[in-house]
Amino acid sequence: MSSNEGQQHPLGIYFQIWTLLFVLSAFSYAVDYLQFQGYLRWFLIIAFMMLKAGLIVAVFMHMLWERLALVYAIIVPPLLLLVFVGIGTLEGDYTFLTREIFFGGAE
Amino acid sequence: MTQTAQATAAETAPLLDGTPGVIADWSSDQRAFKKTHWGKAMMWIFLLSDTFIFSCFLIAYGTVRMSTTIPWPNPSEVFALTIFGNHVPLLLIAIMTFVLITSSGTMALAVNFGYRKNRMATFWLLLTTALLGAMFVGMQAFEWTKLIVDEGVRPWSNPMGAPQFGAIFFMVTGFHGTHVSFGVVFLFIMAFKVLRGNMDMEKPGFMTGRKQDYNMIEIMGLYWHFVDLVWVFIFAVFYLW
Repeated sequence: MSSNEGQQHPLGIYFQIWTLLFVLSAFSYAVDYLQFQGYLRWFLIIAFMMLKAGLIVAVFMHMLWERLALVYAIIVPPLLLLVFVGIGTLEGDYTFLTREIFFGGAE
Repeated sequence: MTQTAQATAAETAPLLDGTPGVIADWSSDQRAFKKTHWGKAMMWIFLLSDTFIFSCFLIAYGTVRMSTTIPWPNPSEVFALTIFGNHVPLLLIAIMTFVLITSSGTMALAVNFGYRKNRMATFWLLLTTALLGAMFVGMQAFEWTKLIVDEGVRPWSNPMGAPQFGAIFFMVTGFHGTHVSFGVVFLFIMAFKVLRGNMDMEKPGFMTGRKQDYNMIEIMGLYWHFVDLVWVFIFAVFYLW
């Protein structure tokens, strides 16, 4: 099939994204180094994680330039994992609660 | 005859963009991924399944960590290094992260130079990527040794706190390290294929007999970037939490 087109883009964009990934990684590390805690820590960790993941998928893995049929087929199914994360959180908290009640403790 | 003529006409018909394009592509009664090398589509589908595997591990980790009543060891301290008398938290993991990101960059460049048919540049970039990957695995081996020998962490016990820490740590980083190791092996193979000029001469592949071309580098690249991508998530939720 002659219609298989390889992805070809100017080099500049790779260097820009590469630099950005380094900077974001440095920020991630800084979160730990500066010992940010609580919700601020959570927010920063997740934000830098999603930014890095997005840049890698969009540019390094060329998702930005793929046809939407492929993009949707790959990006949409993992969104279901958010439901799974929710279930896991509920389950984890519930188990912690029962352990505190039955094993924790003063009595 | 009419059928083949129709099929050809359908194949050469202009493709739609946007949402109408998605519907047209998927309902075309032909391959859904137009203008996409079949190998690339298959690699993406494999990576999607791998996404679910790693997600299961990380969600299991979250559940286990939330439910334990015994304190979880502080990763910042566990993975600290002392360099020239300075105690630097999480240093080893930070270095590993930078090594992997560097290798991701050289991989992206290798794909680009491959499509430019620049054989030697592609070879050197692939080789650099492979060596950086090997370096990452080496540092992981160091990390494991430190934890097993010096700290006495086991998959079933952990002197620093919650025993689940050991189980999750070895499973998640072990599975990721295995992915990196396989990637390194295939990067070396691919580098030497490029060096021999297999892609330039479109030589038949060793196993499949299909003509080899520079699409192979892009497909290899997808796998390698995915390994980096997984590390981004592990770094965030396992080491920074």
